[in-house]
This record gives sequence, structure tokens and C-alpha cells, in this order.
Amino acid sequence: MNNLSKVKKIIIKKPLKLDCGQEISNFPLAYETYGKLNENKDNAILVFHALTGDQFASDINPITKKDGWWSHALGPGKAFDTEKFFVISANVIGGCMGSYGPSTINENSKKPFGTDFPVITINDMVNAQYNLLDFFEIETLFAVAGGSMGGMQVLQFVSNFPNKAKVAVPIACTASHSAQNIALNELGRQSIMADVNWQNGSYGEKEKSPNKGLAVARMAAHITYLSKKGLQEKFGRKLQERDDLKFSFDADFQIESYLRHQGATFVDRFDANSYLYITRAMDYFDLTKKFDGNLSKAFANSTTKFFVISFTSDWLYPTSESKDIVIALNAIGANVGFVEIKSDKGHDSFLLNIPDFLGTLKNYLSSTYEK
Amino acid sequence: MKKEFKVISELIENKSKALDVGCGDGDLMKYLFENKTKDIRGLEISKESVQNCLSKGLPVIEGNAENDLMQFPNHSFEYVILSQTLQAFLNPEKVIKELLRVGKKAIVTIPNFGHWKVRLKLLINGTMPLTENLPYEWHNTPNLHMCTIKDFFIFCEKRNIKIFKSLALNQDKISEINVKNLKYKNLMSDLGIFLIESK
Repeated sequence: MNNLSKVKKIIIKKPLKLDCGQEISNFPLAYETYGKLNENKDNAILVFHALTGDQFASDINPITKKDGWWSHALGPGKAFDTEKFFVISANVIGGCMGSYGPSTINENSKKPFGTDFPVITINDMVNAQYNLLDFFEIETLFAVAGGSMGGMQVLQFVSNFPNKAKVAVPIACTASHSAQNIALNELGRQSIMADVNWQNGSYGEKEKSPNKGLAVARMAAHITYLSKKGLQEKFGRKLQERDDLKFSFDADFQIESYLRHQGATFVDRFDANSYLYITRAMDYFDLTKKFDGNLSKAFANSTTKFFVISFTSDWLYPTSESKDIVIALNAIGANVGFVEIKSDKGHDSFLLNIPDFLGTLKNYLSSTYEK
Repeated sequence: MKKEFKVISELIENKSKALDVGCGDGDLMKYLFENKTKDIRGLEISKESVQNCLSKGLPVIEGNAENDLMQFPNHSFEYVILSQTLQAFLNPEKVIKELLRVGKKAIVTIPNFGHWKVRLKLLINGTMPLTENLPYEWHNTPNLHMCTIKDFFIFCEKRNIKIFKSLALNQDKISEINVKNLKYKNLMSDLGIFLIESK
């Protein structure tokens, strides 16, 4: 995680009151942009990343040297067509790609904040990113979009700023984190905290980070992003570079080797404390709470057009939870479209090249923009 | 059937809020959007059709009218439209009830099984009739509950449903149906178009 000093950042001077009660100011928000803002400034789209994403939504991520997380969806001629739209993507606060987070150096102690960092929420993330509109002098966004935790930010954004986006595209997400979601996140957190290197969050150098705990957290989470059918088709019981079982605890099966690889590469690009903070923010997310359990009220003043998308094999954020959002929007007569895309790739589908998904999204955005 | 769109459009007041149930690829929605009201929504069961509608920027929700109309509050639309779909439901009676709950008024169009050609085909051939409007064989038809214009009249009367306007379409010729000409229209029309409301 070097070279972070070179990523684009804005310093947010305006104080931001967090949900936990603390106030922060003069904090960095790292961002990236794609495409060009037009003269009318009416072609801007703000995309929100998921749990382990960052501001590098497309092209090659200069830190990890890998494709951006939404490379299939974002670029010239793609769904978020950068020949037409100006796309902004920021690293959430609590993250570890240059935005204000637990790995930021605390000026007082000259050490990373660690668990002294305030507990943040999806609401805090969205309020921090709202400053980007002022920075780019954009009055109204054409769209806000995101999948998974990115979708939660979409919902929160429209609720907080009812008429600041013409279109909202929450994908594979929920308005209220379920017990199952919380349970799975807690599994990841406990895995990190059980690593002796975690040291109550005050680990220093990379070598002494709770890499094992973080890798196991990633492995467990990765399974939840796939589907049984997808796993079976890709791996089945195939063996990893061997002809027969070894009667040991090596990675005999390809699926084991694959998961170990996922865990091992993840720790190179992600901070364990960020993982704790961001999963916590997801667990705290319940858009209905402020409105006495009535989700419709969260969108009561909105004129935004919604396009809600879910995937058939997503069991982490199942279609029923997207439908709850649609039902709440219909109850107040909002302009809403909804489709469940057929895919056996599980929750991960929103990141993949699925023609029905990306084609429909591309056409929806361009025909809505032209109207 | 463009003529049907025109007739439906004429039954709808300008700028009112409408829901097209079983909107297919959104042709009627698009027609109404361009000619009558921008405030139009759709409900459709086929994923492919929903994707086609959304690609055109039309606000369509994937869902089954028999279950998913439930999510709409009472009288949340001025009009709920059901174009040539009633016969495909497992429980048409339940659907009509839901249409009249969700919409202040409903527009229902039905392919008329009482048309003389249909009757003649069954009489002469002794097999289930195939027509231009009803091109399916008995074993692959999605149409579970075919009815005639007269059947629908009787249905409305028994269920205390008020028929505001009833129109017959025969090869693009439009005419009014009333109690006196019902027998004749039931014999001569391809399609019945009804504007209804609960009493």
C-alpha cells in the first residue's frame, strides 16, 4: 500500500458530524474520475464501491496493477459510457486507499489511528462523498449507482439528498442488513481479532499485520459472493496439480487452492482494521430505522428515477430484499423499474461481464439521459 | 394492434397516472407516453420483456400480476390497463378484483372467443379453433380462461362491476356495445374493450 501519497484527494475542511457523535474535519477523501464533465455539468455519475473496493473503478488500478473493480461496466462504450458520462468514484471513509481511515496517521500520536478511529456508518460515507459535488461544482448528478455496499450508499444518498440525482441504480443490495449478513461479517471480524498480530488494532508494519486473520475473513466472505452451482461448475471436486488425494491438509482440491490464493492476495491490498470498520458500517445500515420501520418514508421527497437490480443466484443480498425496496417505492408512487437478472455467478454477478445486466443498464442510462 | 392502443388512449384522461399490467415489450406504454401521459408504469412477468422495456427507459417492474399487484396501495393509479392478458391468468377473477383496488378505473381488453369465425371453426372442424388473434394449439396455449364479450358482460353484472364504456373492435372498425346489440357484437367483433369501475 505504498504510493498512496500520489492518489487524487480532496481535503474536506467542512466539519462532518458522524453518527457516533464525533466531529471530523480537514480529512482526506481519495477519488478518481473517468470521462469528461460537459459544459452543462449534467452528465456526472457518482459510483459507490463495495466492501473491498476503492476509487479505482476502471482502467488499471495503479496500486494493485489489476483491472478496476467495475472495468466491465465502466469505460468507453460500456454501461457507464465514459464517452458520454463523467464518472466519479471515491474511496469511502474508513477505507485504506487514501481516504480518511484507521490506517491514516494520527497527527497527535504519529501512529495510525487503528481502533481509535471513530466507528463510521454508510450515512457518514455518503455525507463525506457529497463534498465531491461542491468540489466539481455539480448542481445535480445524472445518476448515482453501486452494487452491494455501493447500493446501500445509493439508497442512503437519495434519502439524504432527495433531488440531487436524477437516476438511482441500487444493485444487489438491501435497505437493512439482515441477521445473516451481520453473522457473516462478524465471522470475518472475529477471524481478524483472533490473529495474535491484531494487537487490538495497534499493529504497525505490514509484516506484523494480522494477515492470517484477514485472509481467512476474505476466504469466508468470498464463498458468500459465489453460488453453489457456480462453484460446482468451476471447481467441482477437481484436484490441484496432483493425480490423487495426498492424505494431508494441503490444498488437495482446486477450490481450496483458489480460496487460499484469494486470501493471500487480498492482504497485500487491504487493511485489516478497515475491514473491521467497513463491515461494521454495513451491519449498522438500516435505512428504515430513522423512519419508524417505514422504508417508503426514506424516499418520500424524492423525484429520482430508480432502477433496482438483483441476481437470481445471489443468496447474500437476495432478490426478496431488492423487492422490499421496490415495494416501498411503489407505495409512494415513485418512478421505479426492477429486474432480477438471470445469473448463476452469485452476489459477484454485479462485478462480472453479464450481458443481460450490462446491456440493460447501458440502454437504460442512455435512453433516460436523452429523454 | 395499433388501433387498440388508440382506443385505450382515448379512454384515458390527459396526464393521469396509469399502470400497464402485462406490458410486454412496452409498446402500449410507449404509445401512451408519447400521446397521453408521462406518468406511466408497467408490470411484466417475462425477464426478457422487462429488460427490453428498461432498455427503452420505461419504468417497468418484473413481477406476476397475480401476486405482485398486492404491493400497490388502494387507488394508487387513475387507470390500470390489462390488454389481452386476462385469459392467461390462473385466477382472472382475483386479478380483476386487484385491478379495481389498485386503479380508480380499469381498462380491460379481451380477445373475443364468441366471434363467428371461432364458433364456425369448432362447429365445422370439431377441433379447437386457431385464429389470427388466437394462434395456439390447445396443448400449448397460454390462454387458460378464454371468454366472450357476452361472458365478460355477465361477469361484470354478477360481480357488481360498473361498465362505463364498452367498445367492440372488428378489423379496425370501432363501435359501441350496448345491451341491445350485445348478441350481434359478440358474433362480429375480434376484441372487446371495457372501461370498468367497482360500484
